[in-house]
Amino acid sequence: MAYNFHFDSVDLPPEAKELRQEVRAFLRQEIEAGSFSPHSGKGGLNKAFARKVGARGWIGMTWPKEYGGQERSHLERYVVIEEMLAHRAPTRSFSTADRQSGPMILRYGQEEVKRDILPRIASGELCFCIGLSEPNSGSDVFAASTRATKTEGGWLVNGRKIWTSNAHNSDYMIALLRTSPPTKENRRHGLTQFLIDCKSPGITIRPIINLTGQHDFNEIFFDDVFVPDLHMIGEVDNAWKQASDELAYERSGPDRWLETFSSLTELVRVAGPEPSDKLAEGIGREVAHLATLRRMSVSVAGMLHAGKTPAVEAAVVKDLGTNWEQALPNKVRLMAPVRGDSDPDSNDDRFEEALRHTTLIAPKVTIQGGTREVLRGIIARGLGLR
Amino acid sequence: MTDNIIVDTATRIFADLCEPQTVNAAEEGQWPQALWDALEESGLTLTWVPDNLGGAGAEMMDGFAVLRAAGRAAAPVPLAETLMAGWLLAQAGLNAPAGPMTFAPVHEDGNLTLGADGKLRGRARHIPFARRAGHIAVLATRDRAPVVALVAAEGLGIREGASLAGEPQDTVTFDGAAAIASGPAPAGLDPAAVSRLGAAVRCQQMAGALEHILDQSVQWSLDRVQFGRPIAKFQAVQHNLAALAGEVAAAGAAADAAAEAISEHGILGETVPAEVAVGKVRVGEAAGDGAAIAHQVHGAMGFTYEHSLHQSTRRLWAWREEFGNEALWAERLGHMVAERGADALWPFLTQGS
Repeated sequence: MAYNFHFDSVDLPPEAKELRQEVRAFLRQEIEAGSFSPHSGKGGLNKAFARKVGARGWIGMTWPKEYGGQERSHLERYVVIEEMLAHRAPTRSFSTADRQSGPMILRYGQEEVKRDILPRIASGELCFCIGLSEPNSGSDVFAASTRATKTEGGWLVNGRKIWTSNAHNSDYMIALLRTSPPTKENRRHGLTQFLIDCKSPGITIRPIINLTGQHDFNEIFFDDVFVPDLHMIGEVDNAWKQASDELAYERSGPDRWLETFSSLTELVRVAGPEPSDKLAEGIGREVAHLATLRRMSVSVAGMLHAGKTPAVEAAVVKDLGTNWEQALPNKVRLMAPVRGDSDPDSNDDRFEEALRHTTLIAPKVTIQGGTREVLRGIIARGLGLR
Repeated sequence: MTDNIIVDTATRIFADLCEPQTVNAAEEGQWPQALWDALEESGLTLTWVPDNLGGAGAEMMDGFAVLRAAGRAAAPVPLAETLMAGWLLAQAGLNAPAGPMTFAPVHEDGNLTLGADGKLRGRARHIPFARRAGHIAVLATRDRAPVVALVAAEGLGIREGASLAGEPQDTVTFDGAAAIASGPAPAGLDPAAVSRLGAAVRCQQMAGALEHILDQSVQWSLDRVQFGRPIAKFQAVQHNLAALAGEVAAAGAAADAAAEAISEHGILGETVPAEVAVGKVRVGEAAGDGAAIAHQVHGAMGFTYEHSLHQSTRRLWAWREEFGNEALWAERLGHMVAERGADALWPFLTQGS
């Protein structure tokens, strides 16, 4: 056989099932209290919500207790994340740190930093962003040229990062910086990861408004920004070794197939309990895709839980998941029953809002966190084609 | 190699005795006796028959895994049908005979009856491999109650037909055929329930066929040189094959979900209709999209009868239609979801996990 991708079935443990009910009850309570609305696309920053989630022990929940974690399993974390996403909870201020930055610091950070930063992430206090893309290095992350130059007690950073989501709200950034030129043998050599305090002197953040009219992206200028030695993460010049471990976590999660889910939920709402057979068929097809994606995603979570690194399987889930969620709003649009003026009681606001929101965000889902083209390249390598 | 001895045995038998020429010869009417004998001697044909009824008494999942391997090999024998016939007989506590079997009806509106005289009446269309079967397991009604009957195929009226894959798909007329044995079936076991199992079985076979065409397409792309290099080196081809790999992976996962639901809860289990619907819709879509990519990668060579690609792709096109196609199962699934309502959609997706 040329390949051997496995998506074995994973039965979530009883504690994960219990946790799901707990999370649902919490979210219901928050919605009732007006802390957020599951029907609004404006997922603004909600620090108060982050602190409540932190108090429940649901941020950094797999980390060791000594760093503020709960030592719970990846499968339990999975359940928390998918419930948050399915209910459109405002996770923006803590999701990046929980998913990527925290685990990176835990694994490669220096002890003093771990003790200082991780408990504050877990409590919902700290917000993180990721400094990867630059004007001339997007998908080709290892072409990064923003420099960190050695100086007394630390490093001086000069250059520019772009497309940095949420930087204007963030306390810290983990940035990939050039510390040496690439070598002939390894073009990925020479990059190092650093923890950077976003309030450091020399940092200028310029907003980039996206097509939905929101401020999420930023362009960040570094002008002799000092970063202490203590904030170097992992080995100097060898960040490429650290980066690939992360991807299996980043690429298979529920955020890779739930971003436009609200359009399907609201379609089911306007369809009512007795839709036409044609509409039922349309809904059924999408539910079949979604149920299969979820099963595959849970399967990858199970592999991670078992200590494996299913990088290709994760790429498969993200490729299938993002293509599906991207196409969904357009299918929903064409399936929706036409509702004009004849029904005086009709109230399609939620449906229209969900469709507007998901249509506008659809283009980004096959770009962020690794483009479709990058993912297919990874899968092709897994198949032995390159 | 897997960690399952039953699946390994099946895979070895298919590798030894199910070459592409065997598959083509079967389409021309040559019964692959050696292949069938090997499957029967190893007990694989009675995987779904409990040991007290003369079978192998294996787990339901083992049978599904064997059928995945059979699908991979495009095995031109009624293995799936014999497994299902044995399963159906076991529902009524009937012993399974040796030799190839099939079952009837395959359609949900099947209406065969068993009279007080012990004779079967009615006609069943699209019965796979009927002309090759020694016996047929029949789900009929006797005074409106479900009953399973075993009947010898000899002497039945069989009008020959063929599936899109060139496999026997016959119309069987039972009028007056005497049942060798019969017994009441559990309440609720109706043609729709049999059809659910049939759909889950075809999902496994399709998942296997998809795995095979991915292997075949990858290998072909590495061997075929054009413009001075293997076509596998072209990014457009790589991306097509990556998309095929995604369909194969999704089909495998969806097929297993349906199989596990049946294995765990039985064919009358509450969650089974939804899991089977998800499976038949998703695997059926993968069959169509996956076959199209495999053919594109193979170019003109894959469109010849000489090349074996059609043995898998024609089966995919046939199987996606049997026991309800994507449209039918999607419609059912959509109604299940709509009936529960929008706020129940997410709990519905996460039920059981």
